Amino acid sequence: MASRLLWASSAASYLRISVSHRGFASEEKIDIEEGCKDLLIEALPNHKHVESGNLVVEDFKYAESHEWVKVDGKTATVGITDHAQDHLGDVVYVELPEVGAAVIQGSGFGAVESVKATSDIYSPVSGDVVEVNEELNNSPGLVNSSPYEKGWIMKVEIKDDSELKNLKNSDEYAKFCEEEDAKH
Amino acid sequence: MGIVHEARKLGLPLMNVVRFKGMPILEQLFLEEKLLRTSSDNWCIVNDGTNTPSIVMGLSGKASELLELGFVLRDEVPVIRRFTGGGTVIVDHGTIFVTIICNKDDVLGVQPYPRSIMSWSGLLYGQVFRGIGDFQLRENDYVFGDRKFGGNAQSITKNRWIHHTSFLWDYEVKNMDYLKLPARAPEYRLERDHNEFICRMKEYLSRSLFVEKTTEALETHFSLQPMNSETIGAVHEGGFVHTTSLLTKQELKDALASSLESSAHSS
Repeated sequence: MASRLLWASSAASYLRISVSHRGFASEEKIDIEEGCKDLLIEALPNHKHVESGNLVVEDFKYAESHEWVKVDGKTATVGITDHAQDHLGDVVYVELPEVGAAVIQGSGFGAVESVKATSDIYSPVSGDVVEVNEELNNSPGLVNSSPYEKGWIMKVEIKDDSELKNLKNSDEYAKFCEEEDAKH
Repeated sequence: MGIVHEARKLGLPLMNVVRFKGMPILEQLFLEEKLLRTSSDNWCIVNDGTNTPSIVMGLSGKASELLELGFVLRDEVPVIRRFTGGGTVIVDHGTIFVTIICNKDDVLGVQPYPRSIMSWSGLLYGQVFRGIGDFQLRENDYVFGDRKFGGNAQSITKNRWIHHTSFLWDYEVKNMDYLKLPARAPEYRLERDHNEFICRMKEYLSRSLFVEKTTEALETHFSLQPMNSETIGAVHEGGFVHTTSLLTKQELKDALASSLESSAHSS
């Protein structure tokens, strides 16, 4: 196991992406090659490694409360950022919203549990929840290992895409994270 | 107005301190959740014991996995699911509860994330227990040596957080029979059963000294303002919907059925 972790770290280092050995829920049976595939996927061209060591995705939008949104027409996919999962620690539970529930930009829609804490998560968009990621019920650690892909939390049919201007782009969000971390 | 003026002179943020004795734990949790989500003040709540033995699980706790449900149902022990994370405890008149609710900007250098908050609270209680036992924060538990005497949990919102602890001042050995060995346990537990894993705080210091030292430690961070418990107001006012809930008898029976089914499938 240790040598496979070393290989994964070396591979990740070559690709210049950060590896969080803590980024997997302890109760999951982790195939290190599978975990590394997720890291490699997240090294695609539009995934950017920023100064803090965390990843952002260039085409996504971001809230100051550390949620991301990927908009595709009227459908928005939402999750929490690499910065958030890194600071939260191993996620052991995700409280998913109900399909059909209405969400409002900036309002809480669920929670994640990590290190004996529940942390509220806030919707970056307004609309109706059309799908939730049921995989997270069995594998909450996907939020850590694949925050922008397999760790997505909900899909929302958005009502008003003009609200997206209230969000940050990847560069603005990366700068925001650096400033926030520098304060502490 | 005079107190606010004095606090501002000191430069320390205000914290309201309210003390209860024997408040039912369900009511305490309702109050805490409401203060976290609807108040903009900092709070410290101390509840010296709760009126009836009760089981309290974290938000994601599954009764079928965590509890000896046959005994729980037989003895009609209340089971509560609280709004914070973390594990399962059984609390009674021997438990001392200390809860800290803060605006994130009033605690300098602490980010609103679990490990940052726990690091701060570990230092706070390090001040409380300095020179008393071999106190440490160990894998997120408060221990003397390798024995846990305080379980804690947190909930974090955009601008505020709560860190609450149940301290085992004393406990009844037989109450531990209601709890299974959890699947998710800290490494230092080393699969010890409850009675080998936990210890009683009363063997280390008196109740009054504990409260006095906790107050002193908090005073290094906040300007404390004692508040009469009667002025807090009813926890059910204002239509606030709690996440904390008391499990019904039917829910417990369903959990027992589910746990028996799982045992049957795995044997």
